[in-house]
Amino acid sequence: MASEEAAGSVDMTGYIQHHLHHWQVPIGDSGSAFMTINVDTLLFTVVSAVVFMLLFVMLARRATSGVPGTLQSMVEAVVLFVDGLVKETFHGKSRMIAPLSLTLFGLIFFMNFLDLLPIDFVGWLWAGAHSAAGLDPAHAYMRIVPTADLNTTLGMALAVFLMTQYVGISEKGVGKFFAEFFTAPFHAEGAVGKILLSPANLLLRLIEEAVRPVSLSLRLFGNMYAGELIFVLIAVMTLGATLAHASTWFLGFGQIVAGFGWTAFHILIITLQAFIFMVLSIVYLSMAAESH
Amino acid sequence: MIPNLTLVIQGLAFFAVVWLVMKFGWPHIIAAIEERQNKIAEGLSQAERARKQLADSDARVAEEIRKARAEAAAIIDKAHQQATQIVDKARQDAVVEATKQKAIAAADIEAQMHKAREELRGKVAALAVAGAEKILHREIDASAHRALIDQLAAEI
Repeated sequence: MASEEAAGSVDMTGYIQHHLHHWQVPIGDSGSAFMTINVDTLLFTVVSAVVFMLLFVMLARRATSGVPGTLQSMVEAVVLFVDGLVKETFHGKSRMIAPLSLTLFGLIFFMNFLDLLPIDFVGWLWAGAHSAAGLDPAHAYMRIVPTADLNTTLGMALAVFLMTQYVGISEKGVGKFFAEFFTAPFHAEGAVGKILLSPANLLLRLIEEAVRPVSLSLRLFGNMYAGELIFVLIAVMTLGATLAHASTWFLGFGQIVAGFGWTAFHILIITLQAFIFMVLSIVYLSMAAESH
Repeated sequence: MIPNLTLVIQGLAFFAVVWLVMKFGWPHIIAAIEERQNKIAEGLSQAERARKQLADSDARVAEEIRKARAEAAAIIDKAHQQATQIVDKARQDAVVEATKQKAIAAADIEAQMHKAREELRGKVAALAVAGAEKILHREIDASAHRALIDQLAAEI
């Protein structure tokens, strides 16, 4: 009995670890941890991007100014919502902000949506493909939610960070942009006061700029990672179970209820997190465009 | 959990998607929406204009009908007047004609009467003369007693 439990617990840990392991391919032979690519993340980013593009770009090419179809109405509703949000918040000249926001929301939503696929489904197919190719299925790693990978969220947060700096420079000009590093948020009268306050201003500005991409990326990553982990834990309820065992029936029922509940709740989370990422990006970009 | 090269690729991929959306997606959708908004605005203003035109022509039609009715009433009035006039004139003419005919007839009768009286007077004079002759048994010289006979005739 004890050995069974021990075997079960080892199995469980392995199962969870296996699920949280990326399909990683090293680039070059420097041996550096940074020179690695998470192939599964990239693959499913492409899948999400293709779905998103099919929906928005293909539909945009067929968009009619007459009576819109159901799909066009839906896309238009999202577009108008984002457009209204951007127009309300962002008062700069840049025409890129609204499409950028729409892309953030759409892409993140579709990437998050992959979390709703049954946790073992793609992994099971991938392991099967591995076996068929004569490879060890134990090394078939496949994490399908790109936003549960810090690289994706950090990559996008840094993209937003770069856009923020670009918008700041293009809206205010180089001189004013860099001057504000030293003159805001604390304003002073006279040269002495300005010099005295400039280190504090610079420090605050640097912290502010550094914190934004970190908080932006970690918020999304944390939510999606936790969501995925809970799906894994729900799946663990019947891991290695046999129909002969009575507990399987209780746990199986529990798994269905928990899986349904968490999936339903997760629909809210994936939408909300995509929305929050977009809104915060718009806010950062708007703040960058405004003079202090 | 340590970030690796994937993050750079993800950032670039994100910009690529943004570029595609900005270039091929967003403008078309916004253009379609704005065009539809213009169409709707145009349609609404056209409907408003049509409504006004309809009201205008309704008022014009009502005015025309009112005018036509007044005209018809005037024509009928005039016709009535004319008819009355014609009847009156005809009556007057008839009266005049009747008077004239009556006068002619009266004159005729007068003339006839006069003639008859003259004739009768002559005959009576002759009869008187003849009667007197018979009574007196003597011939009266007609020429000698012309004045007497004429006086007699005038007295009858």
